[in-house]
Amino acid sequence: MTDLAAGPDVLAFEGITKRFPGVVALDGVDLAIRRGEVHVLVGQNGAGKSSLVKLLGGIHQPDAGRLLLDGAPFAPRSTIDAIRAGIRVVHQEFNLLPYLTVAENVFFERLPRTGWLVDFARLERDAAAVLAEVGLDVSPRARVETLGVAQRQLLEIAKAISTQARVLVLDEPTATLAPPEIHRLFEIIARLKARGVTVLYISHRLQEVFEVGDRITVLRNGRVVETLRAADADVAGIVRRMVGKEMGEEHPFDASVRAGPELLRVEGLRYRGGRHGLSFALRQGELVGVAGLVGSGRTETMRALFGADPAAGGRVFRAGREVHIRSPRDAVRHGLCLLTEDRKAQGLVLDMSCTVNITITDLARVSRAGLLLPAAERAAAEGLVADLGIKTPSVDQLARNLSGGNQQKLVVAKWLFRQAEVLIFDEPTRGIDVGARYEIYLLLWRLAAQGKGILIVSSDLPELMGICHRILVFSAGRLAGEVARADFSQERILELAYLDYVGSAGRPGAAPPPAGAPAPAPVPHTEAP
Amino acid sequence: MNAKRLFYLMLREAGIGLALALMVLLFSVLAPHFASLGNLTNILTQISINTVIAVGMTFVILLGGIDLSVGSVLALATVVGGLVITREGLSPPLAILLAVLASTAVGMLCGLFNGLVSERWRIHSFIVTLGMLNIARGAALQISNSRTIFSFPELFNEVGSSAVAGVPVIFLIALAVVLAGRFILARTVFGRMIYAIGNNEEAVRLSGHAPARFKVAAYTLCGAMVGLAAVMYMMRLSIASPILGVGFELNAIAAVVIGGTSMSGGKGSMIGTFLGACIMGVLNNGLLLLGMGDFARLIVTGLIIVVAVVIDTYRAKALLRAAYEQAPARTEAAP
Repeated sequence: MTDLAAGPDVLAFEGITKRFPGVVALDGVDLAIRRGEVHVLVGQNGAGKSSLVKLLGGIHQPDAGRLLLDGAPFAPRSTIDAIRAGIRVVHQEFNLLPYLTVAENVFFERLPRTGWLVDFARLERDAAAVLAEVGLDVSPRARVETLGVAQRQLLEIAKAISTQARVLVLDEPTATLAPPEIHRLFEIIARLKARGVTVLYISHRLQEVFEVGDRITVLRNGRVVETLRAADADVAGIVRRMVGKEMGEEHPFDASVRAGPELLRVEGLRYRGGRHGLSFALRQGELVGVAGLVGSGRTETMRALFGADPAAGGRVFRAGREVHIRSPRDAVRHGLCLLTEDRKAQGLVLDMSCTVNITITDLARVSRAGLLLPAAERAAAEGLVADLGIKTPSVDQLARNLSGGNQQKLVVAKWLFRQAEVLIFDEPTRGIDVGARYEIYLLLWRLAAQGKGILIVSSDLPELMGICHRILVFSAGRLAGEVARADFSQERILELAYLDYVGSAGRPGAAPPPAGAPAPAPVPHTEAP
Repeated sequence: MNAKRLFYLMLREAGIGLALALMVLLFSVLAPHFASLGNLTNILTQISINTVIAVGMTFVILLGGIDLSVGSVLALATVVGGLVITREGLSPPLAILLAVLASTAVGMLCGLFNGLVSERWRIHSFIVTLGMLNIARGAALQISNSRTIFSFPELFNEVGSSAVAGVPVIFLIALAVVLAGRFILARTVFGRMIYAIGNNEEAVRLSGHAPARFKVAAYTLCGAMVGLAAVMYMMRLSIASPILGVGFELNAIAAVVIGGTSMSGGKGSMIGTFLGACIMGVLNNGLLLLGMGDFARLIVTGLIIVVAVVIDTYRAKALLRAAYEQAPARTEAAP
């Protein structure tokens, strides 16, 4: 897919500016998309990629500047306008109706009819054809709620291409896909391109954009930094343009941290639905990474350990003593805490203040006989906010108004307030931009140096390799192995991660590669259906 | 404070207070006798029962739940209280004390049932309390043989019609309940948990709490308020009857919602609820004095409730916008 399409501009952004309250999302963007090319947009969170897509899809209107479609001014006021003009957007968030069938979802806006009735026979026939095109192997009659995330993503794409769109916009389409499905998606894109369809492709996964894209546009702070031919670009150059400066050593690891006595030992822990018992230990001052493909049981195991979901079996020892954890309440009492991947939905009470969010883990410390002590609460919160460098005008600020990185620090603050000793982080830097990530790493090292034991689940292998003492690798619900720092290599870890997916049981839909990993290990592609 | 901040503040409790003040002013001018001392006392008495129930309801609605059974439970509590208080051979003070305890206990038991069932089996409180609405009404009719109970001790009835410095005792009780409720919400760990659970129950659970305990406690507290309201109602009417309290749940919910508490939970205040109950009372009384019939008053009251919710929705959006404008420069672009 490297041949350059040099057609005329199908779409042009001219001086597009879009402001949201408090933020300039797009600041005079000029960008031209050529007919039949795959144009990739990259940039950090908040660089303006999604805003651009939303303007194109008619969800937002620009404050200044204009859009040209085939040279003519184009101002979509709604999604319908965009679709009529032949622009189809597959958003990051799915737009499916879970209780309707796959076929109904594909053709929802234009159900085939016979008179007043829906022509179900034709509907299913047409849907089956579209599903075949994207290689989605489900019955057109299946209800969408029964589909997995990867299948839903493919369904969204099927829905979009079924309309004969001229411009197809894919916003992070591979976030939930496994390697075989990504491969298939790229084939679909190639076919569409051959048909003259223009594809605007947005992704965080820098490796894949070279594979799929013809040209790459880097956005930063709402401005276009540069548009490059994919053939002329490399990852380092793209990252430099995204960040705006050369990144130093990305994960300088403080090796002076010494591991102390055992904090936690897990024996034969089995999460509900898991077939294998998992055993591992964690010592004071240790940072232990948990790697594995999505769906390999990493998150499930951590949730079972914390009691967030009931465990199906196994024993847990804290400092050598067996403890029984049946709920988060038990876990917290025994000094464990879980920092979930979804901070907004599970980690924070967004519409309450920073203070409330921090002290909620241990209200007994800021109350007497059930009465809150506002001064004590405030002092505790201000102390932690200052200590962790959380950027907020005051501790009374609602958690909602903090940036992603500061929200993550707020979650850390609440567990420091509880004086938790075992910290389990699930994807601590997901959705956090590069600068803030580094601060999170510093924080993790500091906590380890203070004698906390830390488990980090992450799909970002370089990240784990940069910050951990050792890495546990999960594969298909099993602990496939452990890699010590001295032996860290992406190949070694990926080999273990794919161990149980090669040639046998692994359900294809359950195994996207860790983000940030280079080209996936050579083995797994062989089982692509 | 700039004009914009003032505007948002107006949309909160201050706004509700202002609406109430305007309403009082309007009726004072338009309706004969509205502004008389006798009538104002009358209003205070009339809103007392609803206020106490609405205080209990506020806890439940802040959790994102609802209690449809309060009217029926009130009837059941009056019947049980009435049977206790009219029991032969008890001295009047003892009879009164036992009746208060009995009514409150009945309310609490019903609330406990609502809370336990909806938490244990994860059933929305709408359904559980809808069941309780029938159960309590049926039990009240059964226990009382569908008869009205009367001839309470004189002392009891006197409290219901007495006043301190012109203010009805019943209203003073209601006011005390509002203040206690406000204190619980604003200053106690329990109140904090109510708001937090209403906002994000899962985050609270993962913070190491058992939200179910607080929720069951809130339903039980709501039941206790209904039991107390039942006693106050008996004092006022000097009777207990299984057919009392029909439709009371709607008045209580209306007071809470007009008072600005969000039906999805997490946002609201006790003072708002009190002002909401006042608005309901003033509106009813004022329209009556203007000579409006029962049916027309129902229509107007209904419209006011809808308007209140519309304003509340608008306010939520306005506050969100304000939050964005106050927020420091953020890295996330799209709101």
